[in-house]
Amino acid sequence: MIENRPLLTFVGHAFLVLGVVIVALPVYVTLVASTHTAAEVLEVPMPMLPGGHFLENYAAVIAHGAGESGAGVGRMMVNSLVSALVIAIGKIVISLLSAFAIVYFRFRFRGIAFWMIFVTLMLPVEVRILPTYKVVSDLHMLDSYAGLTVPLIASATATFLFRQFFLTIPDELAEAARIDGAGPMRFFRDVVVPLSRPNIAALFVILFIYGWNQYLWPLLVTTQEDMYTVVIGIKRMISGGDAATEWNLVMATAMLAMLPPALVVLLMQKWFVKGLVDSEK
Amino acid sequence: MEKRARFRSWWLPYALILPQIAVTLVFFFWPAGQALYYSAFIQDAFGGNLQFVGLDNFRELFADPHYLASFKVTAVFSLLVAALGLSVSLVLAVFADRVVRGATAYKTLLIWPYAVAPAVAAVLWVFLFNPTIGIVAWWLKRVGVDWNYLLDGDQALLLIVIAAVWKQVSYNFLFFLAGLQSIPKSLIEAAAIDGAGPVRRFATIVFPLLSPTTFFLLVVNVVYAFFDTFAIVDAATSGGPGQATEILVYKVYKDGFKGLDLGGSAAQSVILMVIVITLTVVQFRFVERKVQY
Repeated sequence: MIENRPLLTFVGHAFLVLGVVIVALPVYVTLVASTHTAAEVLEVPMPMLPGGHFLENYAAVIAHGAGESGAGVGRMMVNSLVSALVIAIGKIVISLLSAFAIVYFRFRFRGIAFWMIFVTLMLPVEVRILPTYKVVSDLHMLDSYAGLTVPLIASATATFLFRQFFLTIPDELAEAARIDGAGPMRFFRDVVVPLSRPNIAALFVILFIYGWNQYLWPLLVTTQEDMYTVVIGIKRMISGGDAATEWNLVMATAMLAMLPPALVVLLMQKWFVKGLVDSEK
Repeated sequence: MEKRARFRSWWLPYALILPQIAVTLVFFFWPAGQALYYSAFIQDAFGGNLQFVGLDNFRELFADPHYLASFKVTAVFSLLVAALGLSVSLVLAVFADRVVRGATAYKTLLIWPYAVAPAVAAVLWVFLFNPTIGIVAWWLKRVGVDWNYLLDGDQALLLIVIAAVWKQVSYNFLFFLAGLQSIPKSLIEAAAIDGAGPVRRFATIVFPLLSPTTFFLLVVNVVYAFFDTFAIVDAATSGGPGQATEILVYKVYKDGFKGLDLGGSAAQSVILMVIVITLTVVQFRFVERKVQY
């Protein structure tokens, strides 16, 4: 701090506390709503203190879900977890491999391959929805884990990140490995991957959140309830209209849907910040 | 930059890069090509014959008042999201950079909304602002605001702006904070010794030095508002009331999946691709050059 200005410091704290409160408000109300009965939530105004139906509501949604969507949220959480893990790990693995090929080999079409990966940055799912859907449906990948994950697994960002990092690995290491008679894959496994660990951890946090929070893609490729991810499950629960919506159960589901990615961010905060900053370079 | 030390193999590099390229070709290039192709055709109502119409789909789009309205909604929406998101997070970051006590705690308490799915963020805010049961809607009515976002288009737009900003503030905050922390303290100390007060220091030193971060975040926020807010719109308002919150990305989805207008939706996809490409080029060309004094 440059100088002591008690008033300014006070104003600063006031703004920050206000910011924290506004940021937390929707989640607090959600938590409160998830501990009441459906009738209590519909009272106007709804109660602002937690009620006594916490266990009951969460047990109900995990087993049977809410409203018309009959699938249990437990099953949806498993779907979300599987797709988030496959997307995160899949992106990391194929990006590590392709960055290794681009940096450590000289081959024909290397420039074209690099350029092709780069262009995918400019083609988010949102702009090619219908044709991508057709491809997936022609390949009979609707309502499957493969359909939920494989089309999202290419990653220009991760490939560039690893490429940048590989370029900073000293050449002496590769030379030493060659003199010792190690082949490229041995070098990859014993030197490159261990050195990349911090980058892998940081990317994993970002990509796990990315995978868990996917919306448009699972909305298109899942039609059966037992393949819904939890984010899609919530949307289906509220689409019945006000009267039919059991808000206490919807809010319990929302809490469950937020929990895993929020935990990942809070527990791996250091990696999260590194991943966010690195992936935008 | 190139490596001196390389490995030699005639097949290994191709095998290593194959998975990435295969996914890219099948799920990116092929569909993008299809979008380009279908944008030049119309399909009859029974899903049968394709008829080549050249650029007619595009001409039709730009003559369609609904499409132009959707452009306007998108522009207003992304401006609001970027302006509001950047200013709120800048204020928070400046104060978080200044306070000594509790800085880490504030940071932790402000960054977690990044982890919330956009669709879930929309549901949380819909619940607060729901005209019949929402607690915030109830407060608003008590102070005399006639709140019903299901009928009032401006209110619906405001609702999705709030949800989108809430979700993005944590991201902007982290980047602003990092930018602020990288400004040399000696500059600010020198200005303080010369008698410049906190406001003057911010306006003449901190804010100009922060301009690369601000510009970068501006582009990122516009891209976010254009493309990553589909889930917020779909879960909160489904583009309504009327088409008051129908942003471009939502319209592509609606015309393609609900309206089954293959050619029109493909033409819209092509226009969106042009927008993304422009934004990406801007991001790479100008952000690299660093806007600074």
